[in-house]
Amino acid sequence: MMPLSIMLILTLGGLLAWAAARFSAASARWIALAATVAGFAWSLVFWLRHSAYLPTDASPWLLELKAPWIARYGISFHLALDGMSLILIILTLFLGVLSVLTSWREITSRVGFFHFNLLWILAGIIGVFSAMDLFLFYFFWEMMLIPMYFLISIWGHENRVYAAVKFFIFTQASGLLMLASILSLYWWHGNLTGDFTFSYFAMLGTDLPPQTARWIMLGFFVAFAVKLPMVPFHTWLPDAHTEAPTAGSVILAGLLLKTGGYGLMRFVLPLFPDASREFAPLAMTLGVIGIIYGAVLALAQTDLKRLVAYTSVSHLGFVLLGVYSFTALGWHGSMMQMICHGISTGALFILVGGLYERIHTRDLRKMGGIWTLAPRMGAAAMIFAMASLGLPGMGNFVSEILVLAGSYRNSPWLTAVAALGLVLATVYSLHIVQKAFHGKTATFDHPLTDLHVREIVVMGVLTVVILWLGIFPRPVIRLVNPAVMSIQSIYPEGTAGVSVHTPGGPLS
Amino acid sequence: MASIPVHYVIGLAGLLFSIGLIGLMTRRNLLFMLICIEIMLNSAGLAFIGAGSVWNQSDGQVMFLFILAVAAAEVAVGLALLLLYFRQYRTLDIDRASQMRG
Amino acid sequence: MADLLWLVPALPLFGFLILAPLSRRIPRSVVSVIGPGVVFLSALTLTGIAASFISLPETSRSIHQTLWSWISIGAFTPSFGFHLDALSLVMCLVVTWVGFLIHLYSVAYMADDTAFARFFAYMNLFVCAMLILLLGDNLLMLFLGWEGVGLCSYLLIGFWYADPENGAAARKAFIVTRIGDTAMTIGVLYLFTHFQTLDIQQLLARAASTWTPGAFGAVFAASMLLGGALGKSAQLPLQTWLPDAMAGPTPVSALIHAATMVTAGVYLIARTHTIFELAPDVMVAVALIGLLTMLYSGFSAMVQYDIKRVLAYSTISQIGFMFLALGVGAFSAAIFHFMTHAIFKALLFLGAGAVILSLHHEQNIFRMGGLRRELPVTFWTFLIGGAALAGFPLITAGFYSKEMILTAVYGAPRAGMLLWIGALIAAFMTAMYVTRLILIVFFGTARGPHPHAPSWPIQVTLVVLAFFALTAGFFETPPLLGGVTFFSHFTSTALPAAHHPHLSHAADLLLLGAAVFAALAGIVAGYLVFGRREPVVDPKTSLPQWSGIERFFLGGWGFDTLYAATITRPYVFLADLNRRDILDMIYTILAAGVRGLHRMTSVLQTGQLRWYTAFVTMGAVVLLAWVVLP
Repeated sequence: MMPLSIMLILTLGGLLAWAAARFSAASARWIALAATVAGFAWSLVFWLRHSAYLPTDASPWLLELKAPWIARYGISFHLALDGMSLILIILTLFLGVLSVLTSWREITSRVGFFHFNLLWILAGIIGVFSAMDLFLFYFFWEMMLIPMYFLISIWGHENRVYAAVKFFIFTQASGLLMLASILSLYWWHGNLTGDFTFSYFAMLGTDLPPQTARWIMLGFFVAFAVKLPMVPFHTWLPDAHTEAPTAGSVILAGLLLKTGGYGLMRFVLPLFPDASREFAPLAMTLGVIGIIYGAVLALAQTDLKRLVAYTSVSHLGFVLLGVYSFTALGWHGSMMQMICHGISTGALFILVGGLYERIHTRDLRKMGGIWTLAPRMGAAAMIFAMASLGLPGMGNFVSEILVLAGSYRNSPWLTAVAALGLVLATVYSLHIVQKAFHGKTATFDHPLTDLHVREIVVMGVLTVVILWLGIFPRPVIRLVNPAVMSIQSIYPEGTAGVSVHTPGGPLS
Repeated sequence: MASIPVHYVIGLAGLLFSIGLIGLMTRRNLLFMLICIEIMLNSAGLAFIGAGSVWNQSDGQVMFLFILAVAAAEVAVGLALLLLYFRQYRTLDIDRASQMRG
Repeated sequence: MADLLWLVPALPLFGFLILAPLSRRIPRSVVSVIGPGVVFLSALTLTGIAASFISLPETSRSIHQTLWSWISIGAFTPSFGFHLDALSLVMCLVVTWVGFLIHLYSVAYMADDTAFARFFAYMNLFVCAMLILLLGDNLLMLFLGWEGVGLCSYLLIGFWYADPENGAAARKAFIVTRIGDTAMTIGVLYLFTHFQTLDIQQLLARAASTWTPGAFGAVFAASMLLGGALGKSAQLPLQTWLPDAMAGPTPVSALIHAATMVTAGVYLIARTHTIFELAPDVMVAVALIGLLTMLYSGFSAMVQYDIKRVLAYSTISQIGFMFLALGVGAFSAAIFHFMTHAIFKALLFLGAGAVILSLHHEQNIFRMGGLRRELPVTFWTFLIGGAALAGFPLITAGFYSKEMILTAVYGAPRAGMLLWIGALIAAFMTAMYVTRLILIVFFGTARGPHPHAPSWPIQVTLVVLAFFALTAGFFETPPLLGGVTFFSHFTSTALPAAHHPHLSHAADLLLLGAAVFAALAGIVAGYLVFGRREPVVDPKTSLPQWSGIERFFLGGWGFDTLYAATITRPYVFLADLNRRDILDMIYTILAAGVRGLHRMTSVLQTGQLRWYTAFVTMGAVVLLAWVVLP
C-alpha cells in the first residue's frame, strides 16, 4: 500500500531525524534526505509500473485501502489513489527532496526538529491527497498545518511570528468552516439514507436540497479557496511565503496551495454538481480577478520573495478558472498548472533563497547585474522567469493554454481578460530579470558566488522537468485523464449552466 | 428540644454570611480575608443544619461535615499560600498582588 | 531526404544546446565553427529537401512530418509536426541561408566580445525557433516558434545587459509584441473552439467550407490574428519597439529585426490567408495599416541620425509594403518582397555594421562622411543594398518586388487607386531617405575618426548578399520586362494567385513608368535636398538643429510619449499605489477590531481580588433576584 507506506517512512524518518540530531546535525539531514528520496523513488516506480495499464474507461482508481477506524461514527481509515492523487503525491515527494537539499546549509539551528516538521508536513500532504474519508481528510488537513506553523514561526525571517499566526488563523478559520460542512453533510447524508458514514464514495450523489447543498458547498469552497488562494482570501500568502525559510516557501507554494485546487476537483465538483454549476460564473470571475490582481501587485513589490509570492496568486487564478470551466481541457489545464507552478515557483523560491543566503537581502532595489557575477544563477533565473510568463516549450504554457482553451467556450470575455494576464506576467517576470540580474552590477556587502554543485543539480533537474512538461506532457495527461473523465461523467450535459455571457454574444 | 424558629437560624446564617462577605470585600489583609471566608462557609453550614432540622433530614448535617472538611482543606491551602505570599511581598496586603490584570 | 525535415530546426537547436551550457568552457575557435556550422548544415539539409520538393507533382507539393504528439485531450491534439509547402520553403530557405551569412559575419563582428559563445547560442536558438514558426503544422507549434523568436529577440536586444537602456529596449520589445500575441492567442482559441482542430491546413479547409465572406467569425478571427501580426511585424500601432530594438548587436538587427523575425506577421497572414480572404474588411484594414505605417516610418526615417535607426524605420516601412500587398490579396508579391527585402536589408544592416565597427562603434551618421574611399567594398555593397531598397529600376531586386506589389495594388478591388498613389509616395520617400543616408555616410568630407578596413568574413558576406540583392528580382518580372512568373508560379501551390486584372498595354506602361519614376524622383529629390551641401551640425554633439516637426518625426510621432502617458505610467502608478495590497486592509481592520474589543474587556481585569469578589457578589445577587423575583 504505497501512500500509507510512504507516510510511515516520512513520519518515522521525521522522528528518527529529530532524535538523531542530538548526536549530529548532518545525520538528521541525511535521514531526511533518505526518507524523501525513498518515498520519491517508490512513488515513481509505482507510476512506471502502472503507466502500462492505466485504467482507461473503467474505474479510475489505481489502488484502495480501507480499514475500520471509529466504526461507531462511520469513520474509516480509507486511502485510495487515482491519477490525480498520484501525480500530486509524486510532486510532493519531488519537492520534498528538493526542500531537504535547499535547507542543507540554510538551516543551522534545531536541525532535527526542522526536519521532523518538514517530513510530517509532507506526510500530511500525502494524506490529504489520498484520503477518501472526509473525517480522515480533515485530520490530514490539520496535520499539515501545525508543523507548517512551526516551520514559519521558528525558522522564518524577521517578521515570522506575524506571518505564522496570520497563516494559522486563515487556514484554521477556513478549516473550521470545512469541518462544519463535513459534519452537516454527514448528518444530511445519514438522515437521508440511514447510513451514517464519512466515506467519500458513499456521499457521492447525495441528493441534498439545493439550498442546503449551496451552503455546504460554500463551506468547502471557502476552505479550499483560502488555501488556493483566491482573491480576496489571499493576503496570508505573501506574508507566509516571504517570511518562511526557503524550504517552507517551496512547500507552501509548491504543495500547500495545491491542496486547495485538489480539494475543489476532488470534493466540491463531484459532491455538489448543481451548486457548483451555479457558482461557476462567480468562481471564474474571482479566478480572473486573481490572475490580474496578483500580477499587478507582483510588479509593485520591492521584496523579491514577496514578488514571487504574488505571482502565485496570479498563477493559481488559472487553476480556479480551469476548475470552474467544466471542460476536460480546463481540468487538465488546472492539474498541469498545479504541477508546473509547483516546479517553476519552487525553483524561483530556491533561487531567491540562495541569493538571500549570499547577499543577505531580498530587496530588489539593492540588486543589479547579478548575471555578471553569477551567470549560472542568472541563466536559471531567466529560465524560470520565462516559465513563469508562460513561454511555449515550458510546462506553464501547456497548462495555461489548456485552461484558456477550456474556459473560452463558456466564457470568452473572461478568457480574454485572463489572456491579458499573460502580458502582465511578462511585465513582472522581465522586471525580476531586469532589476536583479541585468543592469549595472550592484555592490554587495557579501561576496556573491555562483551556484555550487548541489544547487546546479537542483536547478538542472527542475529545468529538465519543466521542459519535459512543456514539450512532452502526455504521460502526465494520460495519468490524470481517467480521473478527469470521472469528473466529467458527473456533468453529462457538460457546461449548460455555466454560460456567463448572453447566448449569441459577440464572442460566442 | 425547644425548637428555635427556622427563620432565626436562617437569619443568623444570612447575617454571618453578609458579615463574611463584606469583610472579604473590604479587608485588604489576606489573613482576615481567610477568616471571612471561614465565616461564610460556616454560615452556609449553619443554614444547612437549620434546613435539615426543619425537614427532619440528616442530609443537612452530612453537608455540614462536608463543608467542615472543605473548610479545613481550604484553610490548609490558604495558609500555605499566605505564607508564600508573605515571603514574596513582605506584606499581607492583597492589593499588592495585581500582576494578573489585563 | 524529406524525412530529414526535422533536422532543419534541430541542428540549430543542437548548436544552442552545446553552446549555452558550456559557453565559458568552449574556446572561441570551436564556437566560431559550431555557431555558423549548424546553421550551414541546416541550410544544406533544407536545400536538399527543396530539391526533392520540386520533384513532387504540383498538385501535392507538401511534405509533412510528425515527430510526436504534444498534447492530446479530446479535439485538442497539437503535435510536434512540420508542414513544408512552397510558402514555408521559400521563407525557410531565406532564413537559413541569410541566417548562415549573418552568422559568418558575426564571427568577425563579435570577435572581441567576451560573451562570444553566448551570442552564438542565442543566435542558433533564434534560427531554430524561427524555423519552427515557419514549419509548424498547427497553430500551437507556430505559437511555440512565435514566442521562441520573441524570447531570442529579447535576449539579443539586451545582449549587452550591463547597460540598463538595452534592458529597457529588450523589455519593451518583448512586452509590446506580447500584447499583440495576446490578441493572437484569443484568435487561436476562437478558431479552436469553432473548428475543434489546431491543424492549420484542416482549419483553413473547415473555415473555407463553413464561413461565407464577411462572416462575423472570419472577421473576428482575422482581426485577432492581425493583432499578433502587428505586434511582431512592428506595424502601427505596435511599431514602437523596433527602433529601440537597435540596441542589440548589429548582426542581430540584421537577422532578427530586418530579415526574418519581423516578417513573421507577414507569414502568419499569408499562412492563414483563407481566413483573411473571408474577411474583406480586415483585408482592407491590413492594406491601410501597411500604407499608413509606410508613410509614418518614411517621415521618421528622413530625420534620424543613428544609422541603425534609419534602417529600422525603413524596415518598418518595407514590412508595411508587404502588409499592403497582403491587404490587396497579392500574397505571393508580399512573400517575394519579403525575400528580396531580407537580402537587401540584411546587406544594408551588415554594411552599416561594417561602418560602425570600422569607426569603433560610432553610430551617428554625422560623425561619418566620405567613407567611400576608405571602405570601397562596404561602400559599393551598401550602395547596391540602398539602390535595392530605393527600388532603383531594372538592375535591383527591390525594384521588381516593389513593382509586383504596385501592380497588384493598382488592380485591387477596393480603394486600389488611393492605395496605389499612397504606395508611390511611400516609395518616393524611401528612395529619398536612402539617398540621404548614403550621401551623408559615404560622401562629403570625413567627420569621424579614421576607419580601419573590415576583415574578410565581413567583406565576403557583403559581396555575396550584394550579388543576390541585384539578381534575386529576376524570378519575377513585369510583363514589359520579360514577364517571368517563376516565383508566383512556384508559390501558387500554397498561396492564391493575385487578382490579375487584364491590363492594357498602356496601363502596363503606366505602372512600370510610375514605379521607375517614383524611385528615380526620390533619389534626385534626396540629392537635391541633402546632397548639395555638407550637413549643418553642432560641433560638440554632432547633431543638427531640428525644427519642431522634425523633432516630432525623430521621436516616432510621439507614440512613445503617448503610450507612456496613457498606459505604462498609469499602470506602474496604480500598481505602486497598491503595493501594500488594499485587500489586506479588510483583515487588518478585522484584527484591529478584535484587538479593540480585547482592550475594552481587559479593563475589567483589574488584578485586584476584592474587585473580583465584588463582581461575583453582584452577579450572584442579580441572578438570585432574577430567580426569586417574579
